[in-house]
Amino acid sequence: MQLILEKRAQASGLMNLLSPVLAILLTVIMGGLIFAAMGKPPLTALYLYFIDPLTSWWSIEEVLVKAGPLILIGVGLAVCFKANVWNIGAEGQFTAGALMGAIIPVLWGEWQSPFALVAMLFLGALGGALFAFIPAWLKTRFGVNEILTSLMLVYIAQLLLDWMVRGPWNDPHGYNFPKSASFEGWHLLPMWGDGRMHLGLVVSLVAALVLFWVMRHTLKGFEVNVVGSAPRAGAFAGFSQTKMVWFCFALSGGLAGLAGLIEVAGPVGQLQPNISPNYGFTAIIVAFLGRLNPIGVIFAGLLLAISYIGGEGVQIELGISDKTTQVFQGMLLFFILMCDTLILYRLKWISTQSSQQAIGDPS
Amino acid sequence: MSPYEAILLTIITASTPLLLAAIGELVVERSGVLNLGIEGMMVMGAVCGFAAAHVTGSAWLGVLAATFAGIATSLLFGLLTQTLITNQVATGLAITLLGLGLSGLIGSGFVGLPGVKLANVSIPWLSDLPYVGRLIFGQDPLVYISIVLTVGVAYVLNNTRVGLIIRAVGQNHHSAHALGYRVVAVRYACIAFGGATSGLAGAYLSLVYTPQWIENMTAGRGWIALALVVFSTWLPERLAAGAYLFGGVWILGLYAQGMGIGIPSQLLSALPYIATILALVIISTNRRLSVINTPASLGQGFVPDR
Amino acid sequence: MKKLLTAAASIALVSALSISAVAADKLKVGFIYIGPPGDHGWTYQHDQGRQAIDTRFGDQVETVFVENVPEGPDAERTITRLARQGAGLIFTTSFGYMDPTLKVAAKFPDVKFEHATGYKRTDNVSTYSSRFYEGRYVIGQIAAKTSKTGVAGYIGSFPIPEVVRGINAFLLGAQTVNPDFKLKVVWVNSWFDPGREADAAKVLISQGADIITQHTDSTAAVQVAEEQGVNAFGQASDMAAFAPNALLTSIIDNWADYYIARTQAVLDGSWVSTDTFGGMDANMVNIGPFINMPADVKAEAEATVAAIISGKLHPFAGPIYKQDGSLAAAAGETIDLGTLLGMDWYVQGVDDKL
Repeated sequence: MQLILEKRAQASGLMNLLSPVLAILLTVIMGGLIFAAMGKPPLTALYLYFIDPLTSWWSIEEVLVKAGPLILIGVGLAVCFKANVWNIGAEGQFTAGALMGAIIPVLWGEWQSPFALVAMLFLGALGGALFAFIPAWLKTRFGVNEILTSLMLVYIAQLLLDWMVRGPWNDPHGYNFPKSASFEGWHLLPMWGDGRMHLGLVVSLVAALVLFWVMRHTLKGFEVNVVGSAPRAGAFAGFSQTKMVWFCFALSGGLAGLAGLIEVAGPVGQLQPNISPNYGFTAIIVAFLGRLNPIGVIFAGLLLAISYIGGEGVQIELGISDKTTQVFQGMLLFFILMCDTLILYRLKWISTQSSQQAIGDPS
Repeated sequence: MSPYEAILLTIITASTPLLLAAIGELVVERSGVLNLGIEGMMVMGAVCGFAAAHVTGSAWLGVLAATFAGIATSLLFGLLTQTLITNQVATGLAITLLGLGLSGLIGSGFVGLPGVKLANVSIPWLSDLPYVGRLIFGQDPLVYISIVLTVGVAYVLNNTRVGLIIRAVGQNHHSAHALGYRVVAVRYACIAFGGATSGLAGAYLSLVYTPQWIENMTAGRGWIALALVVFSTWLPERLAAGAYLFGGVWILGLYAQGMGIGIPSQLLSALPYIATILALVIISTNRRLSVINTPASLGQGFVPDR
Repeated sequence: MKKLLTAAASIALVSALSISAVAADKLKVGFIYIGPPGDHGWTYQHDQGRQAIDTRFGDQVETVFVENVPEGPDAERTITRLARQGAGLIFTTSFGYMDPTLKVAAKFPDVKFEHATGYKRTDNVSTYSSRFYEGRYVIGQIAAKTSKTGVAGYIGSFPIPEVVRGINAFLLGAQTVNPDFKLKVVWVNSWFDPGREADAAKVLISQGADIITQHTDSTAAVQVAEEQGVNAFGQASDMAAFAPNALLTSIIDNWADYYIARTQAVLDGSWVSTDTFGGMDANMVNIGPFINMPADVKAEAEATVAAIISGKLHPFAGPIYKQDGSLAAAAGETIDLGTLLGMDWYVQGVDDKL
C-alpha cells in the first residue's frame, strides 16, 4: 500500500476553506513543540504569541498599524503572483516610493496644505510604480528574469536612500547624522487617539476591497486569472502577456510605493536609512497565506502582525529569541502550501503493484 | 606576496561560496526545478558546520555536518515541490525564511565563540613557486572542491548518460516520463545535490571566510548565486567565470576605496548588483546564448498521468 | 471579544498572567538593543552594563531587554511596550532610536529615558555618549610606533561624525610619532557584516597597511589580521581571544558605571535630565591590556592615557589642519564640542575623501 496524489475532477470547496485553518493549527502545534524543546512552557508561550496581543486596546492598535503596510503591499503582490508575474522586489519599490514622496517635505517644506499630503501620496505611488517599471521593462524588452532583477534593485534602492539621507537630503541641523529633517504639519498623516493609528490602515483596506471587486467582477480580473492559470488560453483570447507584466508591476509597485510613503509620513515621520522592517519581503508570505485573494490577504496581514507583536511579548516575558517569529512565519507558509495541495489533489492509497507504475515515486 | 597575488587570493575567497552554491543550483535547474531557497540552505549549512566544528574541534566534521544540513533542508523543499506539487517559487521563499529563522535559533548558543578554521592546503615546494605558487597550490581545500565540482558537473552533464537523463527531465518531463525515466526521483537527487553544495557554501562562510557564527551571515549571497546561474546560461564553465567576475567586482570596489578615489561608497557597494543586472540583460538579449540551454520545464511541477 | 478572549485564555493559562506581575516597589529597568548581546561589540558592552546593574542592585531592581530592534517604525512600539509594562528607567542604545524615544517619553512623563549618542533632550530624556576618540588617539600613537610600512587601514561603518572623529583622532595620534603616517579608509556601509569587513581588511593589507583598525562591530577584521600576520586593535570590547598574537590593545566601552549611577539616581529620586559625554577620566572609555608590543611603546601609551585622564592632553588640541589645508584650530586652541559632535571633515593626511 502506498499513498499517492490524485488530481481531483474539480477544486475542493471544502478544502479551500479548511486549508488555512489546518495550516495555522499545524503551525501552532509545531510551535508548541519547538517551545517545549527549548525548555519554555509551550502553552504560555503560545498564549503570549497569538492571544495576548488581542487583549488590550494598545496592542490591538499596534497590530493594526503593523498590518497596514503588509496588507497594502500584499494585495498588490497577490494580483501579481496570480498572473504568474514574480515581483520579489516590493521592498525596493517601498523605498523608492518613500524617497519620491519625500520630495515635498524635504525640498518644499514650506508648502503646508492638505494638497501637499495628497501630492505626497500620489508621488509615493508613482515612485514605487516607476521603480517597478525597471524589471518590467527588462522583462518585456530583453526577457530578463524578473525575480532576480527586482531583487537586485532592492539593494540598489536601499543604498540610494542611504546616500540621500547622508548626502543631499541630510538634516542641516542634525549633526550630520543619517536622517532628513523631521516632517511637519500637513506632511504627516492624520493620527487618531493617543496611539499610533493613522490613515494608512484605511488606505490598505480600501485597496484590498477594490482589488477584490476588480478580480471578481471586471474583465481585467478575468484576464489576470486566465493569463496566470492558462497562458496559452490567454493568448488565444487576445490577452497580451507583455501588457500583463506592465500592469502587474505598475499595480504592485505603486501600492508598495504608497505603503513606503505612508510609513515615512506616518509612524517614522522622516527619512532615515532604515524605514522598513522587511515589509516588502514579509508581504510575499502575506500574499500566499491569503491565497492570493485580496480579502484573504487582509486576514493574513493581521495574522502576521499578531505574530510580530506576540513575538516581541514572548521575547520580553520569556526571553525567547526573536528568531522564533521568523520560524513561525516560515512554517506557516510551508503548511499553507502543503495544505493547498489538498484543494487540487486528493490523497489516495493504492496497492503496491500499481504504485510501481507510478514513475517518479521517490521511494 | 605581491599586491596582485593578495588581491587575486581575496577575489578567489569571495567567489568560492558563490560558485559552490551556484553549481548545485545549476544542476537543480537543469533538471527543471527552480529552488529559490539557496539562502536558507546555505545559512543552515553555515550554522550546523560551525556548531559541529566547534563541538568536535574538527573543521572537516563541520564541513560534513554542513553538507548534511544542506541536504536535509533541500529534501524538505523536495518533499513539498515534488511530492506535494506546491508552487516552487513560494516554497523556495519559505525555505529561505525558515532557514534564516531556524539557524538563528540553533546558533544562539554559538554567537561570539571563536571558530575552527579549515586549514589551507600547502603542497611543499610547489606552493613556494613565485607568483603562482600560493594562488594555485596553497588554497583552502574547499576552493579545490569547488573547482572539481564545476569540472565534474560539466563532464557529467555533457558526456554521460546520467547527464543526458537530467537534461531530458528538465527539457520535457512528459516525454522523459514516457521514455521510462523516473522524473521525480531524478529531481529529488538533483535537489539533494543542490542542497549539499549550498551547505558547503555555508560551511565556507563559517569555517573559512570568517570562522565564526553570525546570524544571517550569508548576507544575500544565495540570491547572487541564483543570478549567476541565469547569467551562466546553465553552462558550468561560464558559471565559474561569472562567479570570479562577480567576486572581482566586489573586491575591486573595496580596493578602489582604499586607493582613496572619492566615489560615494554606496555606489561602490551597489556595483555588484548593478553589474549583475547588466550581465543578465546582456545574456538574455542574446537569444542564441540563452534559449538553447534553458530547461524548458523549469519551475513546473510534475504529476504523472494515470 | 476582548472579554471572551481573556476569559478563555485565563482558564487555560493561569501561569501566563502571573508573569507580568512585578512587585510594586521594584524598579524595572529596560534596555533596547540594536543587535544581539552576543555580537562581542556594541550591544555586548551595553549588555555587560545591564548585568552590572543586576549584580549591584540584586532584588531592588529587575532588568529586561529586547534585542535586534530595527531603527524604524518598530522602535517606538518596543519602547512603548517597556514603558507600559512598568519600566521606570529605559535605556535606548542606538542613535536611530532618538525620535521614537522622544515620542514615547512625551506619553510617559513619569518614566525616565536615557538615549545613547543622540542630541535631543527633554525633562525625562537624558542623552549619554563616550569620548571614544580619546582611545583612538592612543591607538593611533601605538600604530605609528609599531608599523613598519607607515600605513594603517581603517574600516569604517558609516561616515557619521562619531566615526569621522575616530579616524581624525587616530591619525592625529599617529602624526605625533610619524608626521608622514598614512591612513587608508574603506567604508563597508554596515555596522555588522563580517564577510565584507574581512574583505576590506584583506584589501587594506594588500595595499600596504600593516595595522588594521575598525569602527564596525564584528571581530572579522582582527581575525584576518591574525591570519595574515599584521597587527590590529579591538573595538568596543576586548577582542584578544580572537587574535591572541595580532592584537595590540582594545578600546573598551564601559557603560556599567554610568548605568549603575543612573539607576541609583532613579532609586534615590535624584534623577534629572542631563547630557553626558564621558571619556577616560569618567571611566566610560577603557583601554584594554597592552600586549604584543615592546616595553617602551607600552610605557609611552600608558603615559598618554595618564595625560588624557589628567586633562593635560586633549587629542583635538591645535594646531590642526583640515584636509584642504585650512586651519581648524590654531596652536593653543582646542576644537569646541559643537564642532566635534558634527565633525564632517578629515584632518590633513587621510587618504580618502568624504
